Amino acid sequence: MAKPEHEITWRDLNVGYVVDEPGNARIYRTGDWRSQRPIYNPDRCIRCGMCYIYCPDMAIRILADGSIEHDLYYCKGCGICAEECPTGAITMLDEEE
Amino acid sequence: MDTYLDRLNVYASRLVSQKEYFVPGHRACQGCAEALALRLVAKALGRNNVIACATGCMEIVSSPLPLTSWDVPWIHVAFDNTAAVASGIEAGLKVLMRKGRIPTQRINVMGMAGDGGTSDIGLQALSGALERGHNMIYVCFDNEAYMNTGIQRSSSTPFGASTTTSPAGTKVHGQTTWKKNMPEIAAAHNIPYVATACASYPFDLMEKVKKAADIEGPAYIHILSVCPTGWRIPPQSAIHAGRLAVETGFFPLYEVERGRYRLSVDLTKLRPVEDYLKMQGRFRHLTDEMIAEIQERVQKEYRKLEKKVEMTSPGSAD
Amino acid sequence: MAKRIGMEVSIAAAEAVKQANADIIAAYPITPQTHIVEHLSELVNNGELDAEFIPVESEHSAMSVCTGAAAAGARSFTCTSSQGLILMSEIVYAASSLRLPMLMILANRSLNSPLSIWNDHSDVMAIRDCGWIQIFADNGQEVYDHVFVGYRVAEDRNILLPFILNLDGFILTHVIEPIEMVDQEVADRYLPPYQPLYRLHPDHPVTMGCFGPPILFTEAKKAQDEAMNQTMPHIIKAWQEFGDLTGRYYNPVEVNGTEGAKTIIVTQGALGETASVGIDQMRAVNETVGLVKIRLWRPFPFEEFRKAVKGAELVVVMDRAISYGGPGGPLASEIRAALYQEESRPRVVNFIIGLGGRDVSPGDFVHMVERAKARPGEWYEIHGVRE
Repeated sequence: MAKPEHEITWRDLNVGYVVDEPGNARIYRTGDWRSQRPIYNPDRCIRCGMCYIYCPDMAIRILADGSIEHDLYYCKGCGICAEECPTGAITMLDEEE
Repeated sequence: MDTYLDRLNVYASRLVSQKEYFVPGHRACQGCAEALALRLVAKALGRNNVIACATGCMEIVSSPLPLTSWDVPWIHVAFDNTAAVASGIEAGLKVLMRKGRIPTQRINVMGMAGDGGTSDIGLQALSGALERGHNMIYVCFDNEAYMNTGIQRSSSTPFGASTTTSPAGTKVHGQTTWKKNMPEIAAAHNIPYVATACASYPFDLMEKVKKAADIEGPAYIHILSVCPTGWRIPPQSAIHAGRLAVETGFFPLYEVERGRYRLSVDLTKLRPVEDYLKMQGRFRHLTDEMIAEIQERVQKEYRKLEKKVEMTSPGSAD
Repeated sequence: MAKRIGMEVSIAAAEAVKQANADIIAAYPITPQTHIVEHLSELVNNGELDAEFIPVESEHSAMSVCTGAAAAGARSFTCTSSQGLILMSEIVYAASSLRLPMLMILANRSLNSPLSIWNDHSDVMAIRDCGWIQIFADNGQEVYDHVFVGYRVAEDRNILLPFILNLDGFILTHVIEPIEMVDQEVADRYLPPYQPLYRLHPDHPVTMGCFGPPILFTEAKKAQDEAMNQTMPHIIKAWQEFGDLTGRYYNPVEVNGTEGAKTIIVTQGALGETASVGIDQMRAVNETVGLVKIRLWRPFPFEEFRKAVKGAELVVVMDRAISYGGPGGPLASEIRAALYQEESRPRVVNFIIGLGGRDVSPGDFVHMVERAKARPGEWYEIHGVRE
């Protein structure tokens, strides 16, 4: 569905309102929900990948060298990664207004 | 930075596939360990998977028309019939393959529901499906209340927990009944595999899901899903809370494979339940008396479980 | 050539489901549907029907299993009555909104309370608005034939809606009638294998059954409404093709002696056959009474019905269910709605008869027509109750 919700007509819906674009929820910016954002310190990171495993929003990517990158488009700022990091390589910072 | 030491240090998390079948953009709360558990289950099952889902948190956050967080086939019908819908999918695929109308291949069929959709309104359908022996996996995502509708109690809500329909009042202090033991109910159907899991132990969870998928016949997995919103804990503590649930014996991790009980985490000594209870807002009102009652009960149940492990271990007299 | 055999209608229905190559049978026992499902389980266990027979633990699960199976692309069948129908009704509504073709044979039986295992239409009338295509069979042959028509219509790409075949419990299910069966080759020609529009399969992942936020719910319902409104020509075509293959042609509405009739009786289901005998008795004494039998219940055949009663002054409607606190019987209220816009409208009188298996004789129709003529106005009454 490329159209915004309020423009979708009844004819645009598939039979049985089946959604045939798997994973199209990717378009939804859950990053807007954040009130704090993760700050990553690669020097303290031991490349264990646990932050990647524990992120409920799949907002962490493991890069080729084992370091990580947050995807701020989706990151809801829950702080689990910061809490679970064994070396404190991630800290949470309040989002500025 | 590819040193010799780096090549030795391969952490398990780096071996997990980075492909997601439950994609970001879903609308779960911040810190939702149920969404995390679901993500890990989907990862473990992979591409050849069809999911039937009950009404509940996971259904709502993942399927707001016209969007879907699902990269595998998925259907939601109603609240109380997941196991029956999954049975239909399993039987349908089976007969279509037998009649040569679709190519024969392995396709996992999974039914998923919350605690309400499993131990309350969905119990009948689950029991029927388990008795009929369909080749499917049933996963209960247990966040210990009807969270999606506003934190109302279910039969999975633990004793003493404050919910919106078992509130901690001045006369009655929260839930008055003990948590229904769903894994044991599933095991009583003599199915080949039953397991408990928690997203705080992610590799254990994924291994159990893979095992369940590989087994022929019905498999039941009960996942304790920490809900920061409903349990009144800060979102960042979701994983920590799950660990405490296991370490205190409140939610033991175990498997029942063809009747053989096996503990997944070898705890030499249980942490006091207070460590787990005191960190949650839903238990804040508990009196010392209630905590003691809970402690006694948790220990009793854990000993019972240890006894079952002993009795069903190979070489023991049947 | 086609064989004509005397067989119990339930058995004929089950044989038709076998000949229709159903893939999934999921049903829960309830009188008076039992013989249909029992015979199907025999056929499966004797290897005569290659299908998965799923002995579900409730009717709710029967409909849920069929929904899951249809979503996976299998031809699904369920069968129930009365309490079972209402228990599964939650999912009945879902099956049609999800546009999943399947066949339900409904052996019409009264709803509790009091408990009654006997026939009336209170069960099917409770799900009028469910969005399924619904027909009423008059006799055993119609039951047998409509298993094929049912699947053909449901699976039609222009339709894609589930189908209910109503037959009167005991009155049809448990009687032996002459049935002309179709050759398997004819059945196969009429009913090719089911090709779903969408299916649950990893090769093309789809999401079925999203939740509908207010901004889109109306559009989803409009789409469903349009789907139902456009089915009529395709149903007619399916009937036409069936007739071409078997010589038995069906219409949304069947008429008997309505030409020039001033009084017309309207029935649904097996009652129509009894009414035919009553009509003959009245004509024998020069009463011009006609009979209109409504076969297609949803979508309601407004055009055909209005045409059938044109020129009548009195329409006597037979209902087999009560709408408490409402306008009497559900069929009569639909008929009044169908006639409301007509410039010249007949008087509509509504009798509620045959509740909970109460026998109805041809003589009853004679009495009812007399009574309808004698008492003016539009009203409803329960016929044959001991005061």
